[in-house]
Amino acid sequence: MAVATGNSFASRFGVHIAVLVFVAIWTIPTLGILVSSLRVKDQIIASGWWNSFSSSTQTEAGRLPAASTQVEKDGKFVLQGNIFGDGAARNISAFGVKSASPTQYPAGSVADLGDGVTLQLNADGSFVMASPKAFEGDRGQRVYYASSAPPKFTTDNYKTVLFSEGIGRSFMNSLTVTIPATVIPILIAAFAAYALAWMRFPGRALLIAVIIGLLVVPLQMSLIPLLKLYNGVGSFFGVPSKTYLGIWLAHTGFGLPFAIYLLRSYIAGLPREIMESARIDGASDFEIFVKIVLPLSFPVLASFAIFQFLWVWNDLLVAMVFLGTEADQIVLTAKLNALLGSRGGDWEILTTSAFVTIIVPLIVFFSLQRYFVRGLLAGSVKGG
Amino acid sequence: MASQIFSAIFVIIVGVGGCVAYFWGANKLVDLIFPSRGVAGAAAIDNLRRQGLIRPWLFVGPAMIILTIYLIYPVVETLRLSFLDRGGANFVGFANYEWAFGDREFRNSILNNIIWLAVVPAACTFLGLIIAVLTDKIWWGTIAKSLIFLPLAISFVGASVIWKFIYEYRGEGQTQIGILNAIIQHFGGQPQVWISLPFWNNFFLMIILIWIQTGFAMVILSSALRGIPEETLEAAVIDGANPFQIFWKIMVPQIWGTIAVVWTTITILVLKVFDIVLTMTNGQWNSQVLANLMFDWMFRGGGDFGRGATIAIIIMIAVIPIMVWNIRQANKETGGH
Repeated sequence: MAVATGNSFASRFGVHIAVLVFVAIWTIPTLGILVSSLRVKDQIIASGWWNSFSSSTQTEAGRLPAASTQVEKDGKFVLQGNIFGDGAARNISAFGVKSASPTQYPAGSVADLGDGVTLQLNADGSFVMASPKAFEGDRGQRVYYASSAPPKFTTDNYKTVLFSEGIGRSFMNSLTVTIPATVIPILIAAFAAYALAWMRFPGRALLIAVIIGLLVVPLQMSLIPLLKLYNGVGSFFGVPSKTYLGIWLAHTGFGLPFAIYLLRSYIAGLPREIMESARIDGASDFEIFVKIVLPLSFPVLASFAIFQFLWVWNDLLVAMVFLGTEADQIVLTAKLNALLGSRGGDWEILTTSAFVTIIVPLIVFFSLQRYFVRGLLAGSVKGG
Repeated sequence: MASQIFSAIFVIIVGVGGCVAYFWGANKLVDLIFPSRGVAGAAAIDNLRRQGLIRPWLFVGPAMIILTIYLIYPVVETLRLSFLDRGGANFVGFANYEWAFGDREFRNSILNNIIWLAVVPAACTFLGLIIAVLTDKIWWGTIAKSLIFLPLAISFVGASVIWKFIYEYRGEGQTQIGILNAIIQHFGGQPQVWISLPFWNNFFLMIILIWIQTGFAMVILSSALRGIPEETLEAAVIDGANPFQIFWKIMVPQIWGTIAVVWTTITILVLKVFDIVLTMTNGQWNSQVLANLMFDWMFRGGGDFGRGATIAIIIMIAVIPIMVWNIRQANKETGGH
């Protein structure tokens, strides 16, 4: 499609800008959690992630040491030291002694606190407080200061979520659920699809209609009866009702209509001559299927596998109903949902966990986009 | 954990091996019982006919059994449960339905679902169409499409975290770490707790689904646009049509069918939307939707299966027109085959 619209420079420029804006809106949200997951906790709170490459400024409060550390020098009582103690590489730009005006004095200047008391706080955190009278009390002077810390990136968040927040274990659980739930439906669907495409039998048209109908049946319709069924089977045989086997079968069932629909429309489109010449050579349906149809259907099998993989990996509803919430069963999506509740404001944990959960789909998506798009087109343009 | 990995691998082997063994074995069995090779002519033909009767059912059998257990039986059972009480023991007639339409939360969910249905499919289709047309005209369009398409691979929960971070709220005057409030504050506005603003919060949740699904609409519509015969566009240009006329009067009418498909697909998705609401608000601040309410009633107070099933049936009723339309379309297409 080459439309001769807008050949002027201005309108071509406009198209570039418009697409750029769309791309920005669509990528910035994901970029936000990626960048945040690599920042240290203090900086995530102190500044927006879009500022993460410049120094972050935050206003903090500290307390000078108590009167007991004072020394007498030139007739004055002096407190000296570094407010950071550890000598962390931070840069103070201003300070103050009232919470209402925490940045009253620029760093390095000598502030007059009244009664001849002076305080000097330098950019590196060293301070000198002097007074004509001896300091008293065991609580030192409160000091507020605006400090800036250089941008600091770390992979510690990933270590934390993977090994102490249980995300690593959930990652394994997700893989355990996803791989069998992707592989099992393929063969079952492929045989059914071949029969529905190339074999003649009474009720075939009805079966196809039923499968197309089932494509859109909301998952919600299945949940309660299956939950009851699983509980019943579990108590009858004295086994747990929430098992990996249960969720593998459930995902197989929920994925089958789409699998059969997608494979059938592809297999039905294979050239009739190939089938017929094979049949004349004496091949049975089984042989035709295994030796001719399966190899030719590889692209559509790949498409379906990617769909099912993404759908199962990203699923929350089925996992919440059919799997437990203990560490040995909770999948990534459910874990992330639980963290949203328990670690509500801890963005270093949430952003990192979120990124761990989306990284596998993103890799699958980018490496196999061709098959994904093909499946999408085949699956939706024609029907459901 | 090692045993878990082992059992997963074991299942794959058993599952795939079992399937292969079943199909191969069942096929062999038919050949053995009704031999078509090495028997006299008439008997061979007879047996071939019998094989032809049985074999299709061997092929579709496993799929049919699973579909029956996991989808067909539950549909019937859910319908039955919707007329029973919370434990499923006593028949209560239409009491659950009467409860539903009298329940404030349910009515709120219906209203919200209607807003979702009105906004999300339209927004996704519209944005998807615009982006498809625009990206077609530039050399880096494929890259742009890839990036806009990308959220489709992200789970709803992951997307919810991503957007919750965007909507993050800090008190006025504080450093905003959520980009939306930061922008608002930068321009002198007042930061808001976006997801707890009644009514408007629905739209902030919808944005997440629109963000995810626009890529889907874009890809499908983009391929439909490529299918438009070039002559029609050239003729329009020769006749002096401007770009907007070409878009609305030439391009859009030719891809109506695809637009309808995209629209209905997203409509079904919207009816089932659950994860986003659960993770963002769990239905608080008047943002409840049917699918989340249904999930809630499955477990609320030990679970009320009657009410849960009733809500599922309501969702199903909304899907039925689309289902009928789909089956009709498919029948039209496969009529000749």
